[in-house]
Amino acid sequence: MSAIDVQSLGVEVGNQWILRGINLTVERGSFCAITGPSGSGKSTFLRLLLGQLRPAEGRVLLEGAPMPDHPTPDRGVVFQNYSVFAHRTALDNILLGLKFKHAPRTGWVFGDALRGLRDRAMRALADVGLEKAAQKYPHELSGGMCQRLAIAQAMIARPKLLLLDEPFGALDPTNRTQLQLLVRDLWRNTGATIVMVTHDEAEAQTLATKLLRFEPCRESGHTRIRIQTPPSVSIGTPAMRALDRGTIAPKRRKQKRKARNRR
Amino acid sequence: MAQLINARPSRRAALALGAAPFVIIAIAYANASASRLAANARDNLLPSVFAMYEGVKRIGGAIDPHSGLCVFLADTLSSLERLTIGLGLAALIGLTVGIALGLFPLVRATFSPFVAVVSIIPPFALLPIILISMGLGEASKIFLIVIGIAPFIARDIATRTQEIPVEVLIKAQTLGASTYLIVKTIVLPQMLPRLLESVRVGLGSAWLFLLAGEAIASQSGLGYRIFLVRRYMAMDVIIPYVLWITLLAFTLDYVLKRGAEYMGPWIYANRANP
Repeated sequence: MSAIDVQSLGVEVGNQWILRGINLTVERGSFCAITGPSGSGKSTFLRLLLGQLRPAEGRVLLEGAPMPDHPTPDRGVVFQNYSVFAHRTALDNILLGLKFKHAPRTGWVFGDALRGLRDRAMRALADVGLEKAAQKYPHELSGGMCQRLAIAQAMIARPKLLLLDEPFGALDPTNRTQLQLLVRDLWRNTGATIVMVTHDEAEAQTLATKLLRFEPCRESGHTRIRIQTPPSVSIGTPAMRALDRGTIAPKRRKQKRKARNRR
Repeated sequence: MAQLINARPSRRAALALGAAPFVIIAIAYANASASRLAANARDNLLPSVFAMYEGVKRIGGAIDPHSGLCVFLADTLSSLERLTIGLGLAALIGLTVGIALGLFPLVRATFSPFVAVVSIIPPFALLPIILISMGLGEASKIFLIVIGIAPFIARDIATRTQEIPVEVLIKAQTLGASTYLIVKTIVLPQMLPRLLESVRVGLGSAWLFLLAGEAIASQSGLGYRIFLVRRYMAMDVIIPYVLWITLLAFTLDYVLKRGAEYMGPWIYANRANP
């Protein structure tokens, strides 16, 4: 069964067909990148997968079942901007998702349950390297840290499908590479299916296992999609690659050391 | 040649420049008052500072038979009571209606034109209706403040709610939040500092409606007092009362401003990455 199954899909926005006659499948556990020029319908397609838009024609299946036509917790999302809640600290941003899940009616969690959720949120922050920023508000974080927080926040709900809308578009190259490594590690460790819209060709080539190129077609006026399987290339500079090879090992060592210290 | 738009005062110069208009007005008043009093010692149009003190002591120092307090304190308390109740009700109504209008397209479609029309009605035009239907008691004066600024607050909060990025609302839904939880944990906390800002802007109108209401139908209050003593041209009471009202209004404004800053640090920070 595939994660996403798009069947003769047509999307109309304001009397204009943005996408039409689209058929494609995304296999479960794949890292799918969407590239294409502005106005080719990449973001429209992502908004459709989110449930923010409804198809005018055809249908979309998620894991074989018709996709709900509104955003639900089985699909996580990270936008380029405004992905986190500005009025909450980093820790509370993560905690909020856990509270929604734990107490879907009232959002109230007390005592031991709250302590448990807070520990989980702290671990999630540590996983993206934000344990020191737990009590900071998003406006006190850098762009890269904000996106780390947004990713941790999206992953805490354990979505089957993670949608990324140009998540690293506003970051400097170093931050961008670090976050690419982070997302790839998360993808490998969780087995989630990821769909990422990006302007960055190199990013798409290095991260994706499946590449969808959205190309506006002159004759029909609709977007055509070319599907490619990029060769696997490692990410970033040689120094980054060296870091990458050690990503899992030093972390474990650190955790062991921490555990020992606690005792 | 230096451009005027680039000339900036130093901190001390800015303080001195800011104080200058107050000092000039005070000196001008003192001069005018002194020269009038030199010509006619019984002149009461521009009373001296000492005369104002005596005036407030004479009128405001008397014991109010209703409350047993001195009149000055009783006036202040009853005016502040009307103002805070009126502002509180207007804020509560404005917040509720504003969030509903801003967040739910169905509510917006139904009530947006209605609220727009209600907010255009001049509240003073309603005053006779209010006085006839609610009588001359406290309720009508409070209601005048509420009807005067609640529609403004509601529209302001509705706009602010619509300014919440759609990404934020979608993110909350992908985390499993129901509409109730989105309102409770995202929209309401984000709107509270905005509400204080909104009340702050409406403060000027609220004072206007308060003083007008008191001038027309009341037995106590700062507005009642200054309109009462106007009959005797008692400038020695009116001027200090006006200064006192200004000080109260300024303090309330300042408290609301600091409150909004305290409740919404993320709004006022210079943010590059929200």
